[in-house]
Amino acid sequence: MTLPALFLQVANSQLDPSTGVFIIGTIVKIVAIFSIYMLTVAYTTFAERRVSAWIQDRHGPNRVGPQGLLQVIADGVKNFMKEETYPGFSNRVLFVLAPGLAFLPAMLTWAVIPFASPLPTPWGRIDLVVADLPVGFLFTLAISSVGVYGIVLAGWSSNNKYALLGGLRSSAQMVSYEIAMGMSTVCVLLLSGNVTLNTVIQQQSHMGWNALLLSVACFIFLIAAFAETNRVPFDLPEAESELVAGYHTEYSAMKYSMFPIAEYANMITASAMMATLFFGGWDIPFTQWDNTGDFTVLKSILTFGSFATKVVFFIFFYIWIRWTLPRFRYDQLMSLGWKVLLPIALIYVVVIATAVVTLDKAGVVRGPLFGGVLFAINVVLMGAILLVLDRGRIISPAYSRLDRARVQRLRDVSSGRRTLNHVADKGA
Amino acid sequence: MTIKVKVLERPIEDVSYVRATVQGLALTFKHMVDPHKVTVQYPDERWDISPRWRGTHRMLTTEDGKAKCVACGLCPTVCPANCIKLVPGEDEDGNRYPLVFEIDEFRCIFCGYCQEVCPEEAIHVGRHYENAEYTRDAFVYDLERLTAQTHPVCEMWDPADRKGE
Repeated sequence: MTLPALFLQVANSQLDPSTGVFIIGTIVKIVAIFSIYMLTVAYTTFAERRVSAWIQDRHGPNRVGPQGLLQVIADGVKNFMKEETYPGFSNRVLFVLAPGLAFLPAMLTWAVIPFASPLPTPWGRIDLVVADLPVGFLFTLAISSVGVYGIVLAGWSSNNKYALLGGLRSSAQMVSYEIAMGMSTVCVLLLSGNVTLNTVIQQQSHMGWNALLLSVACFIFLIAAFAETNRVPFDLPEAESELVAGYHTEYSAMKYSMFPIAEYANMITASAMMATLFFGGWDIPFTQWDNTGDFTVLKSILTFGSFATKVVFFIFFYIWIRWTLPRFRYDQLMSLGWKVLLPIALIYVVVIATAVVTLDKAGVVRGPLFGGVLFAINVVLMGAILLVLDRGRIISPAYSRLDRARVQRLRDVSSGRRTLNHVADKGA
Repeated sequence: MTIKVKVLERPIEDVSYVRATVQGLALTFKHMVDPHKVTVQYPDERWDISPRWRGTHRMLTTEDGKAKCVACGLCPTVCPANCIKLVPGEDEDGNRYPLVFEIDEFRCIFCGYCQEVCPEEAIHVGRHYENAEYTRDAFVYDLERLTAQTHPVCEMWDPADRKGE
């Protein structure tokens, strides 16, 4: 089966928007997605606490319900019962608006993420994606940029210096990493030739996952996604050792609770984007069975399982990273974003674009061979990044900000080869 | 005199963030799948406390249910925290008994001198630590409360049996 035919098949699978089936189907999809999503958010907070406890040789919350599974309900009830406080001289409207603004974009992004192969019904084939927008991927980029407003407005409207600093940091960080993130995904679009996420998934099921074909882009996207969701090691906006709690210092009760919910919602969305763009979406690995032939209900269920497994793995990965790495310094954060990730992403786009054009001109069909060549290129580039670039440069040690001669002088002093006066004279 | 400045002596060629991250991830994963949990699940499990644990007091009684105390006044005298209040009384046979015997467990420092000094082996510090109450008054244990307590009592250190065997 040629690829263009497949594209058409997917593109034409939507029901006529004017029919009642389309409306009912969409409402069912929205309700299902929303409930599963909120449940996942709730249990991700629980998973975070349990996994962190396991990593630190503790037990974690295990009292409410079997294995503590009802803890999330207890937390929710507690947050609803608590008193809402408003700081004096805060901008009341924005103060109330900010938590919702932080949460909504993460939720909206899910509208375009396909979570299973299309489901055949007696009334026609239903795409298992809430809205199969033609601009799919661009929509996610646009919406995820709005996410920063919630945090910045929360920081600004609180009338609190720590909250303001947290908001400022967050805006700087998210703007910086958004660029690297967008650049890394350009390569994905180069391969798929379309911005619908279903096309991206179909392309990966034929050529191999983008994690292999575009490892460097995957790597950059992963790091940028951590920064975009304000997760450790990029959690400077709420750095509790410096800023009390950062942008949500002044929030209480359910309004406070919205921020952790937003954080976890963002995490899940980023995991889903990661799975969709680089790990084949709902594609089941090592088999073509799910991509060829007629769509069946069984295929929909299994592909949904495949997608859910990938998303859960990335959620776990987020948690795992959080309890492993310490937070970056602010200068490290900025230099990583602007001096490392952005140049790599730009060079990488050029390399991949050249490779794709060359292979197309050479008449290589977009299939396993095409993927193999790209994979070989990526092995070389990843090797270069890990063995050459990652030598005190990706994250610089504190002394690398000094020039080498000065570091050498300091070392001489410490080993008693020179006196400090000598250094001072030279330094001046 | 030179000031010793500690500068990390590590060649920049050996500094690798990705490698360090992977090592860290491996370590945390190892702890996650092979936990060395030391937490005691308190209400379900408890530590065995030492036989010499000195907790809240207990007054032992004779077979007919009366406190063994003869109101000699040694324990209020020896008490360094001055937490024992004793008012002695005497019955028609001339036997002394405590009219009032109160221990303020807030003032008590649980030194165990009262048990050590008691000639009748009446007052004891107990092997017990769950003492929560709702009011401050409830921490002043009167004679009735002291005799009603049933927890095991402390075994004092014996110079002849230094390791408590």
